Amino acid sequence: MSANVNAALPLEYQSEQSRMNIFGFWIFLGAEIILFATLFATYAVMSHRYAGGPTQHDLFEINGVMIETILLLTSSFTCGLAIYEMHRNQKKGLLTWMVITLLLGAGFVGMEVTEFVHYVHEGATMQTSAFLSGFFVLLGTHGLHVSVGIGWAIMIMIQIAKKGLTPITARKAFIIGLYWHFLDVVWIFIFTFVYLKGMVS
Amino acid sequence: MDHHSNGFPITQVFGFVLSLVLTFVALFVAIKTSLSFNVIIWTIGTLAVIQAGLQLFMFMHLRDGQDSKAQTINVIYGVFIAVLTVAGSIWVMSFGGM
Amino acid sequence: MGIKWDKILITGDPLILGSQIAILLTIVGAVVLVTYLKKWQWLWREWLTTVDHKRIGIMYILVGVIMFFRGGIDGLLMKAQTATANEHLLDAQHYNEVFTTHGVIMILFMAMPFLIGLMNVIVPLQIGARDVAFPQLNAVSFWLTFAGAMLFNISFVIGGSPDAGWTAYFPLAGKEFTPGIGNNFYAVAIQIAGIGTLMTGINFIVTVLKMRAPGMTLMRMPMFTWTSFIASVIIWASFPIFTVALALMTFDRIFGTHFFTVGGDGNPMMWANLFWLWGHPEVYIVVLPAFGMFSEVISTFSRKMLYGYKSMVFSVVGIAFLSMLVWVHHFFTMGAGPAVNSVFSITTMMIAIPTGVKMFNWLFTMRKGRIQFTTAMMWALAFIPCFMIGGTTGVMLAMGAADYQYHNSLFLVAHFHYVLIPGVVFAVFAGLYYWWPKMFGHMLNEKLGKLHFWFFVIGFNLTFLPMFFLGLNGAIRRSYTYSAETGFGPLMLVSSIGAGILAIGFGFLVYNIYWSARYADRNITSDPWDARTLEWATASPVQFYNFAKVPEVKSLDAFWYMKKQNKGLELNENELEEIHMPNNSGLPFVMAIVFGIAGFFLIFEWKIAALVALVGIFACLIFRSFDYKDGFHVPIDEIKKIEKAWRKVDKEVKNHVS
Repeated sequence: MSANVNAALPLEYQSEQSRMNIFGFWIFLGAEIILFATLFATYAVMSHRYAGGPTQHDLFEINGVMIETILLLTSSFTCGLAIYEMHRNQKKGLLTWMVITLLLGAGFVGMEVTEFVHYVHEGATMQTSAFLSGFFVLLGTHGLHVSVGIGWAIMIMIQIAKKGLTPITARKAFIIGLYWHFLDVVWIFIFTFVYLKGMVS
Repeated sequence: MDHHSNGFPITQVFGFVLSLVLTFVALFVAIKTSLSFNVIIWTIGTLAVIQAGLQLFMFMHLRDGQDSKAQTINVIYGVFIAVLTVAGSIWVMSFGGM
Repeated sequence: MGIKWDKILITGDPLILGSQIAILLTIVGAVVLVTYLKKWQWLWREWLTTVDHKRIGIMYILVGVIMFFRGGIDGLLMKAQTATANEHLLDAQHYNEVFTTHGVIMILFMAMPFLIGLMNVIVPLQIGARDVAFPQLNAVSFWLTFAGAMLFNISFVIGGSPDAGWTAYFPLAGKEFTPGIGNNFYAVAIQIAGIGTLMTGINFIVTVLKMRAPGMTLMRMPMFTWTSFIASVIIWASFPIFTVALALMTFDRIFGTHFFTVGGDGNPMMWANLFWLWGHPEVYIVVLPAFGMFSEVISTFSRKMLYGYKSMVFSVVGIAFLSMLVWVHHFFTMGAGPAVNSVFSITTMMIAIPTGVKMFNWLFTMRKGRIQFTTAMMWALAFIPCFMIGGTTGVMLAMGAADYQYHNSLFLVAHFHYVLIPGVVFAVFAGLYYWWPKMFGHMLNEKLGKLHFWFFVIGFNLTFLPMFFLGLNGAIRRSYTYSAETGFGPLMLVSSIGAGILAIGFGFLVYNIYWSARYADRNITSDPWDARTLEWATASPVQFYNFAKVPEVKSLDAFWYMKKQNKGLELNENELEEIHMPNNSGLPFVMAIVFGIAGFFLIFEWKIAALVALVGIFACLIFRSFDYKDGFHVPIDEIKKIEKAWRKVDKEVKNHVS
């Protein structure tokens, strides 16, 4: 495994191993697309099986959903700004925008937890019906991914703070960036096919 | 990667603004219009796909890097399996089951 | 929850008690042996912390052999119980547990480890690489598979085995109809192993696409590499679906959700749907690398280039594509309706076409070749007619309307054993005999190999051929007994005798491994079969860095043409450079243990404890993130020494087929 360094490329693509890591992560994201698709398929099949319990109309509130959506979308944007700063070799800019990204992400998770607690208080738990099982597991999986991402990003930021911007730390930042953007892409479909769809019919 | 030569992250801002627009258009179509259910679902579904594609190119730079061809094939095939899984499951489960 | 603490350790059954004692004695014996030989450090340094794909592959193969034994015993127990009518060797509950563990172990802990093991050893060598793309991840994959296998295997000792079949259909597999924790083992142990396999899929996709030697275009890759690559793509596509299905099963059983339950408006059929969305591609994951192995063996021992290389590649891609479009054929009778059933009948029948193309290509490879009847080749020759039986009965089953008669009868059981055993097990045996010298530096004995072959093939046919006729006469699967009036007795007895012969065949394999390890000639050439592909351009066993100089590939069957033109195989010592190799790491092993502990707690529904163990997993990941060790460099002098040793030996005997 030679380093095969190409200094003309952006920092994160410079070594052969880094290029393989980034490519490997895209493949992993492809697998995650299929994983989330399975959860969506399950939700779709279960979405009208209420067991006499609460339905989408009974539970969903558009305001909270919109705030969550704006929070996550904005965090994906600020994450893009962070990587932009990284490409300009601005370690401080990278870290600053990452902090903002994670704060927005934490806000998203906080709102989602509040939303779930509210549903439970209304008597809508994941044990209530197939619809609610599907809802909570799909949304919960996404929320868990975001939470793990926050922790992961903090670890990367510590490494960048300590070691500076190197080809290795740049690659790690780039990869967590891909992960974060991906989670917003998944949210687009949750927003559309869980919340919007649930509030139409 | 031309967005580096500018002093301004034009791709990111453009992607962000467009995503916001698409989100609110979808919201409007779903909540404020009185189109038929099917028309609404197909519309907001299409808007979702457009926004996802937008973010893949503008945020995630799918087409950058040495492996852009393989990366793109990977996403396309992943989406194919995803659609197959969702549509296939809905179809198979729509007749039988309990 | 309802865990009966006094019933955790399974007691009261002599067979189970015997196995519990045997397991305990084996573990104690192994510990004592390693201590006596003072080999703990060696074990840790050379095997438990290795990231070398060759060593990892060998460990996978070892797991496969051991699991073949366990799964085989399960099979023999089933055959002993059904040899005669109204037998009472196993009661219904035990029989259910035995056929469940038989299925899970044979597919997930025997076939998969064997194939992934051989993929691990051979693919990097065939593409001229020095390891896989992500060596430490590779080790994680192995140890997770191992942890899952161990967790699954202790189920019959503590907690109770899963008993709802290897397909674990709901509602039977749910808490309401199968209380107790047996099926938790199914959901959790397989999940852990599955994560390892998904990582392997990603690893090999990147390895094959990014690490080929210069000059090796995709259309110059050996067939085994092609099929391993395509199988990795199928793993990538299907295992995420299984991950979700098992997670939903875990939620239903342990957290009271209603995905597949009858209550709460759940939908049991959705389990079958998700399971088979994974389950069908899974059989192609096992069969495609097997087909690749047959391609290598047949072309080597016919002394001819593989016929129709391009069509072989297109067929494999076609099979993989279609494999995702046929899953409903496993539950035609579940009521999806005529439109759905018809579409899936057609797609299922279509898969026979590219498979047929491959069959003809193998036959044409042999035609006008100079066939050498080595043990490896004989497995390939037996595969052809036997797999044909399995494949054509598959087309019979593919007709949805007809399947209403065959479904879940012994006809079905005979069909899938006739595709899985000739298709996968024969291939694994062929691969082991073929590549054994490359892995271990000595060959498996050919005489013992022929005995292994004949007992196994005759035993296999005696066991499963009668089951076609039994099935057509109305015998069903997963049934612990039958009455004498059914008339099944005679054929069932023949089948059971066949199973005994099959077992003797397996015994010959195990004896061969032992005998060859002790007595076989170590003074063999690096290329004993006069083979065609790059893995043979190395020492036997292979040097730890694989290639002193990365080979330059100029054609298909690269090694063959290098030999013919006498170019590319010589080593110019001035061209040597330091080789960069990855560090060993104990983290994969540790992480798998933590996964195993977390899994154990989850299985026993001690949720808080499982959560704490989960923190341990995250700790391992954080540790990895902060690990900046970047490997070491092999000095040129060391490379020179190693290369001199094996290249001198090679100057003597070139063709060495005992």
